[in-house]
Amino acid sequence: MKLRTSHYLIFAFLAAFTYFYSKDGLVATSVLYTAIQFALPLALAAMVGVMCERTGVVNIGIEGTMLISAFTAFFAGAILKNTVQGMLVGVFTGAMMGLLLALMAVNWKMDQIIAGVILNILAAGITSFYYRQNYSIPSTLDPIDLPVVGAWPILGPVLSFHGPITYFGIFFILALWFALYKTSWGLRSRAVGEHPSSADTAGVSVTRLRYLNVTVAGAVGGLAGSYLALEAVGIFERGFTAGKGFTALAIMIFGRWNPLGALAAALFFGLTQAVTNQLMIDEVVEIPPQFINMLPYILTIVVLAISAGKVRPPAAEGIPYEKEKS
Amino acid sequence: MDAKQSKKLDFSPILVPLLSIVVALAFGGILIFIQGINPLLAYRVLFTTAFGSFDGIAITLAKATPLILSGLAVAICLRAGLFNIGAQGQLISGALASAWAGYTFVGLPALVHIPLALIFGAFFGALVALVAAVLKAYRGVHEVITTIMLNSIVIALSDYLTSNPFKEPDQPLTRTPKIQDSAQMPDLLGLPLGFFLAIGLSITLWWIMRNTTTGFSIETIGRNKNAGWYAGISVKKTIMLSMLIGGAVAGVAGAVETLSIIGRFEPAFNAGLGFDGITVALLGRANPLGVIPAAILIGGMRASGSTVQFEAGVAPELVDLLLAMILFFVTAPLLARFFKNRKENVAMTSGWSN
Repeated sequence: MKLRTSHYLIFAFLAAFTYFYSKDGLVATSVLYTAIQFALPLALAAMVGVMCERTGVVNIGIEGTMLISAFTAFFAGAILKNTVQGMLVGVFTGAMMGLLLALMAVNWKMDQIIAGVILNILAAGITSFYYRQNYSIPSTLDPIDLPVVGAWPILGPVLSFHGPITYFGIFFILALWFALYKTSWGLRSRAVGEHPSSADTAGVSVTRLRYLNVTVAGAVGGLAGSYLALEAVGIFERGFTAGKGFTALAIMIFGRWNPLGALAAALFFGLTQAVTNQLMIDEVVEIPPQFINMLPYILTIVVLAISAGKVRPPAAEGIPYEKEKS
Repeated sequence: MDAKQSKKLDFSPILVPLLSIVVALAFGGILIFIQGINPLLAYRVLFTTAFGSFDGIAITLAKATPLILSGLAVAICLRAGLFNIGAQGQLISGALASAWAGYTFVGLPALVHIPLALIFGAFFGALVALVAAVLKAYRGVHEVITTIMLNSIVIALSDYLTSNPFKEPDQPLTRTPKIQDSAQMPDLLGLPLGFFLAIGLSITLWWIMRNTTTGFSIETIGRNKNAGWYAGISVKKTIMLSMLIGGAVAGVAGAVETLSIIGRFEPAFNAGLGFDGITVALLGRANPLGVIPAAILIGGMRASGSTVQFEAGVAPELVDLLLAMILFFVTAPLLARFFKNRKENVAMTSGWSN
């Protein structure tokens, strides 16, 4: 097997982890635990991008989808006094945003970048107009103590005691990878994203598949938004997604439009943030907080600058499909 | 551009934006009504405050000034097929740079100081755009992601600079010192000087787009990259040029706001001006002259938002919601199709990859 950059990264990570674990095991595992928490919303949001773009629809409205879903999830949870029902409302909202994108991109054949920006601006407008203070949800989604894994050394405290959306999210990413590469739905989706007219000739309905995938992807974006509002922090603020939906697009590209690749990229982003946070807490380095906030954005640009040109997006993405008329 | 192609007089570039505003107001009216407030009252307050008196119009035009410029920044890039969402970051960079130039240089005559501060704003606005332009032209990184990331980076950086090296001494607030009197942009005929500057820039860019080879290159690349390449136009140079023009114009927007309205740089004081530029540009159909009425309309709505809250009890974020809906209806081809039978799905921006 040829050694690739990713292998060197894994070696470097293991060496660094062993070193830090020998110094302070508790801190080392808690950094990894936090890294997963940072990574999850990014990974889930990247799945939205993967699902849409693999069928040929560019979705730049992930940010807005997450924002408005976090909003509805939080306020539904607060009003119904039920966090789980809030989450369902959030997922439903996300699906509606996906449907709206499908309507604009597939039906109306609008410029997909502009359609996505409309989703973002619409979400920002609605959430700031209807935002109310003094609401709170009964509790965040309860973390789950994994039965066997939780007792493992090192891995136990890293993998256990995350919330239900985290576990479902990781399961979903693995399932999406399987579905995309091993099922007929996945084959059809990828065909529609690469060469829609061939897929059409083979009897796949391009329109129907794009509608389906973009809507389901929207629901996943809704889940990511719900995670932020109901599992990660338990509050909602205006503009609360803070660019995560765009970072997710970079993660999708970095992960080469592959669910597992994107998961790895998201974990890399999460780890970078968790380590920087820990360095701040330990006061090892004196970095102004503004620079810490900048880190994910700079990382996104650097990652894109490196991976652009080396990776190839689905061939038909961004192009509305016109059935040929005879 | 449509007028040359069709013999019949084509009103749709004006009618579609107008109709989308009306439809958006109607939908907004329903939402206001659901809140138990009379939408007609809210709209009457909104429009009489903005356009009902000379003072009101002066305030509206002052509010419209940075919007004309930020709309122009987005529109020029749209012409080249680039979607510059980074007007916000470029604008903040320009605002901070001009504030620095405004308070640092002492003893200059106003005739030198004001242009100098404006050039600082334009330069630092273009500098932010340069990052996105280079990455787009030479690495093929999509400008939408880079410009949004740059927005966040610039906001964080400007926050750092105003709370540390550029901070006003002996003050609890995070803000720069006040600019010198010689950098303060004066009013002309009761209107801010910047407004005339913005109109002048609009006309100049409109003329450049129509009558020069530079404008022709930008238009050609925007319509079809390959055709432009075959015609011997350097795609890379044109991308760089249009992004840099966009960044410089957005920087001027920030500088004008600093030098004539705010008088210093304070984080969050410029929030939203760049994003409204997107709505202005699309409402103005990416036409350098079309952004002027679009900016005046949106400036008026922004100017009277707080009065609407005071007199009709609707949250000022109503304006955000209305703008989002206007944007939706103006870009959705529903209304355009209502006027024309031909399909209008000309892509304004490029896809992911190029």
